[in-house]
Amino acid sequence: MKVLSLNFLTCAVKACKSTTGAYPLHPKDAELVEDDLEINSDLLLNIMPRIDWPALSTTATELGFPSLPAQPPTKEELEADEKMLRDLHHLLMETQMMEGKLVCGNCGHEYAVREGIANFLLPAHLV
Amino acid sequence: MQPTIPAAADADAAAVTAAASGTAAAGALNQQPSSGGSAASHAAAPNSASGNGMQPPITATAATAATAADVVPVPPAGQNDSTIAIATATSKGPSSLTANTAAAPPSTAASLAPSSSSAEAASYEATHVHAVYESIAPHFSATRYKPWPVIADFLSSLSPGSVGFDVGCGNGKYLGVNPGVHMLGSDRSASLVRFARDHGGVERSQDVAVADGLSLPFPEGRADFAICVAVIHHMSTRERRREAVRALLDCVRRPSADGSGNGDDGGKILVYVWALEQSNSRRGWDEGSEQDLLVPWVMKQKKEKKEKKKTKGKAADEGVEPAEAGAEDGSSGPPADTTYQRYYHLFRKGELEEDVEAVGGKVVRNGYDKDNWWVVASRCS
Repeated sequence: MKVLSLNFLTCAVKACKSTTGAYPLHPKDAELVEDDLEINSDLLLNIMPRIDWPALSTTATELGFPSLPAQPPTKEELEADEKMLRDLHHLLMETQMMEGKLVCGNCGHEYAVREGIANFLLPAHLV
Repeated sequence: MQPTIPAAADADAAAVTAAASGTAAAGALNQQPSSGGSAASHAAAPNSASGNGMQPPITATAATAATAADVVPVPPAGQNDSTIAIATATSKGPSSLTANTAAAPPSTAASLAPSSSSAEAASYEATHVHAVYESIAPHFSATRYKPWPVIADFLSSLSPGSVGFDVGCGNGKYLGVNPGVHMLGSDRSASLVRFARDHGGVERSQDVAVADGLSLPFPEGRADFAICVAVIHHMSTRERRREAVRALLDCVRRPSADGSGNGDDGGKILVYVWALEQSNSRRGWDEGSEQDLLVPWVMKQKKEKKEKKKTKGKAADEGVEPAEAGAEDGSSGPPADTTYQRYYHLFRKGELEEDVEAVGGKVVRNGYDKDNWWVVASRCS
């Protein structure tokens, strides 16, 4: 599961969804792999406005990446800065979480990630 | 989960079982043939859970249904009659398979309040949907490879960089349709999700998660789109079907409210469900048919398949006719095919739109496509 997707995942428990603590989920014992993918600049540039930047910063830090800038780069900045584009491509598209857990900061529930697949099925008492 | 029943899978499915209702487990298996008997040309045997003399696929059918009825006394959206109607299909004509049950008129059936509690409905679906897909996943996936045009067109029309979800992604055949968008697939079946991850090849793994359609792990109002193909008809009460639509709408962006004319009308959902009205299909259901059904999925045993090849020709690869299968089902013979029963709610015309509007959705486009009703909708606010 790409880091990009982690930016679009939250706790599956209904009561958690409206809380600020449930998002983003926190990786725990994460095993990462790095793919080697061709960069799709058009896709990246267009995805940027859809990214929750503070959440991405949190995730990146928790996964051991260097801190992201406080503000997301603008489209013009990205177009002019190939290194930054490549770094973002690497973080969002090429880095996958293969094993570990995703933890809700609100209820504390841990969702297992195995072979890149997170399992969000809830035990009966949390449904 | 994927669009339904192309040739190979259910062609030889001989039984249509009206989802039994009622309270007593035994009652749910009242063995009355439907009023007037089966409409199929082959006589429908009044069925018995412990009965004998039934053709093999039907035997399996009855056994499965009996188990389910024991476990879940109150099945889906309310019918009062507990009837299992067996129609025998011959695979010879498009409308030879007809669910002719003592069904209430569609409008009545649909307007009844769910007769089962949410927990019971969930448990029913666990037996009659989730467990089945886990069991048939490889076979199912192998029969689902071609994206349907309406859905492919929807995905292809998304602007580059769009982000969205495929809820009930099945084997993932839609995840790679538009490489210019990012899609995250989810399915209730862990087995199918693994197929979905590798759909585009191991080199291009797709992002997928195991999740329940009523407890999705997607944040509110972020996605540009969400598709949900052949999923919601597996929910066994209208309340749950509507909650499933609501869950999809919740995922996508709200329309921007500036009213200035160039406002964004928000994210879109695309929902496909099986139609009641499919008189031209092999199954022959139509207006007035029972809406809540158990539909068999027959998994052939390899051994038998080989044997069949010798006698191939009459029914193409559509499978053996029940009587023929019966002959092969001697206890000392090759292993029998396994029949799994999936619960379906067949949507009558207009019902999906009602469900969308009931949970705050606005229908943008809708239509009928290959025995399915579909809707593209956005959020009202």
